[in-house]
Amino acid sequence: MERESTTFETLTSQANGSDASGGKPLVAVQGLTKLFPVGGNLFRKPTGFIHAVDDVTFRLAHGESLGLVGESGCGKTTVGKLLVKLLEPTDGNILFRFADGTDSDDSEATVDASTLRGRQLRAFRRQAQMIFQDPYESMNPRRTIYDIISEPLSVQGIGDVQDRVGRVVEILTLVGLTPAGAFLFRHPHELSGGQRQRVAIARALVIRPSFVVADEPTSMLDVSSRTGVMTLMQDLARELGVAYLYVTHDLAVARYMCHRIAVMYLGKVVELAETEELLRNPLHPYTKALLSAVPLPDPRNRRAPPDIRGDLATPIDPPSRCRFYDRCPVATAHCLNHPHPPTEEKAPGHLVACYEV
Amino acid sequence: MTDQPGLLLEVDGLSLSYLTRHGEIQAVREVSFELARGRALGLVGESGCGKTSVARCLMRLLPDNAQLSAGRVLLDGQDILLMSEEEMRLQRWRRISIVFQAAMNVLNPVYRVGQQIVEAIEAHGVESTDSGARERVARLFRMVGLDPQLMERYPHEFSGGMRQRAVIAMALSCDPDLIIADEPTTALDVIVQDRILRELKDIQRELGMSVIYISHDIAVVAEVTDLVGVMYAGRLVEMGETADVFHAPAHPYTAALMSSFPSVSGERRPLASLPGEPPNLSDPPPGCPFHPRCAFATEVCRSEYPPQVNAGGHWAACWHPLDTTLTPAG
Repeated sequence: MERESTTFETLTSQANGSDASGGKPLVAVQGLTKLFPVGGNLFRKPTGFIHAVDDVTFRLAHGESLGLVGESGCGKTTVGKLLVKLLEPTDGNILFRFADGTDSDDSEATVDASTLRGRQLRAFRRQAQMIFQDPYESMNPRRTIYDIISEPLSVQGIGDVQDRVGRVVEILTLVGLTPAGAFLFRHPHELSGGQRQRVAIARALVIRPSFVVADEPTSMLDVSSRTGVMTLMQDLARELGVAYLYVTHDLAVARYMCHRIAVMYLGKVVELAETEELLRNPLHPYTKALLSAVPLPDPRNRRAPPDIRGDLATPIDPPSRCRFYDRCPVATAHCLNHPHPPTEEKAPGHLVACYEV
Repeated sequence: MTDQPGLLLEVDGLSLSYLTRHGEIQAVREVSFELARGRALGLVGESGCGKTSVARCLMRLLPDNAQLSAGRVLLDGQDILLMSEEEMRLQRWRRISIVFQAAMNVLNPVYRVGQQIVEAIEAHGVESTDSGARERVARLFRMVGLDPQLMERYPHEFSGGMRQRAVIAMALSCDPDLIIADEPTTALDVIVQDRILRELKDIQRELGMSVIYISHDIAVVAEVTDLVGVMYAGRLVEMGETADVFHAPAHPYTAALMSSFPSVSGERRPLASLPGEPPNLSDPPPGCPFHPRCAFATEVCRSEYPPQVNAGGHWAACWHPLDTTLTPAG
C-alpha cells in the first residue's frame, strides 16, 4: 500500500519546505482528510459529505507549539481529534516519531497513527494527550482531584499506589495547585475555572507525553486566570519538552502561545508561518481579513472593516475551486476555473495557498 | 460628574444581594453612575463581578432570591425600582431593552422569527396594525443586515450571527431609549462580531440611543464605548471616559486587567498575570475587596473601603492610585 511506502523523512521534507521550526520532527501530517456524511441513515446513503478537514499537511517539531486558528467550523478541532486518534481519518498519513531513548533515525521508531490497535494504541496514548476547552464538563464531578489525575497512570499501569500519589503531588505542585495535599481529595466543583483547567493540564501531563492537543484551553477562563494558565503551559512545555497543537479561534492568544500559526478556512490550511511573520506580514486574503477583524484594546485606534464578503458556509461537497473564492476580495477568473490553489512557500518558512499572492 | 442636559439614566447607590443556601451573596455594592442620551457605556469585569446583576436591576429582571437592599435607578428622573410590575412592563422594550448573550434561548424555536418580533411590537402597542408591524420588522431586519425574507424562517435555520442580529432587531423593535447589550458577541467569530458591533454603533448614532455594553472583553469595550466602568467584587472601582481610563488606568485592578490582555498588534510585551482569585462574595474581605491580590496594599486597604479619587477626568476607588499626582475628589 502507498501508505506503508511513505517514510517519515519524505513526509517531513514534503510537509514544510525549508525548515522553519528548527527542532527534530515529532509529527508529520500529510494529506489529512476527514469527511462527515450528511443526510444518510441506516438504510440510505448519505446525500453528501462535509469536508471538515481536506488535504491538510504540516509537521511539528519536538517541543514546538503550533497554533491552529480559524473560525468555528473550519475544521481545527477535527484536526486535533484526528491527531490524538479520537477520530479516524478518511484519508492521509499521520506519522509520529517519539523520542524513545534510541536516537537512531531508522523508520522502526516511527509510529503510523492509522494502524494502531490494542497495546500499541495504549502506548501511543502515553505519548499523545488532549486538553479540552471546558474544565466544567471534562471531569467526572464525583471523582476527587487525585482520582482524576491518577487515572492515566492506572490505565497505563504506571507505578503502585504510593508511587502514583507521589506523581500526582508532584504534578499538582508543577501546575501551581499548592499545597498539593489541600487539593488531592477535593472535588472539581470546589475549584474555580482556572484551578480546574490546571487540573486538566495536570491530568494530561502526569504521564509525561511528548505531544498534547490543547483545544481552546483558556477560552472559558477570565482574563486574570487566563494569563496564569497560558504562562503555566509554556513553562511546562519547556520543562517537560512537550509539543502542543494549540487549537484556538483567538489570534491574540495564539500569538503568545505558539511558535508558528496555521490558519484554516473550511477544512483547508490557507497559510502557515512563524507567529510574528504571520501577524506582521499576512499574505492570504483570509488571514488579512481575520486579523483586521480582531478588536484592539486601544480606544484611539480606528480599525478599517475587514475586507471580506458574505458569510461562512458549511463545506458540504464544495466545488473544487479555491474554498475562499466566494468571499475573496481579490478573486479572479483564474481562481474560479482552477482547483484549490497548491500550498507554496512564498517566503522562507511562509506557506500560502493562493493564486493571487 | 456634573448635571448633563441629556441625562437619561442615573444609578445611585445600587446594592443587590442573592439569598442562597450558603448565605447572602453580595453581588452588587453601592454602584452609582450616570449615562447621557446617545452615549455608550461599557461595564467590564470578570465573571461574578456583578456586571450582569446591574443589567438585571436596570431591566428589573431579577430572580426570586434577589434582594435590592439600597439605591435608586432613575430613568428620566423616574425611579424604576419603585414602579409596580405593571408600570415596569410598559418600560421594558419601549424604554429599556436588552440583548442577551445566549441568543438561542431568547427566540422561541416553534415560531417564525419575524412573527415573534411582530408580536412584541403589537403587545407594546407601538404599531396598531399587523401590516404596520410587519413593515417595521422588515425595516429593522434591513437595519441589522438581515434579508427581510428571513422573517418567515424559524430560529434553527439561522446561524449564530443571524440569530444575534434577530435578537438585536427585537431589542430595537419598540424604539427604546436604552439598550443593554450583555456580552452580545461573545459566542461569535471575530468577523461576524466586527460586523454586528459596527451595525450596533451605526444604529446607536442614527437613532440617538444610549447603550450599555457588558463585556469581559476589554478590546471590544475599547472600540465601541464612550465611557467605561470597571467592576470588581460587586463594586465599580474605576470609571470615566474610555480613552482616559485606557490611557491612564489609576486602579491597580484596571491596570492588571489591561496588561494581562493579549493583543495581535504592537510589540509583543510580556503578559502580566494577576495572582489569586476574586473574593467569595458571601464573605468579602474587609476594606478594599482587591487588597488580597493587590501589590500596593497597605494597612489602610485592609481595614477601610477607599474613597473615590480624581484621576484627571475620571475616578478610581483606591487608597494608592497608580498616578501619584492625583488628589482626592471632594
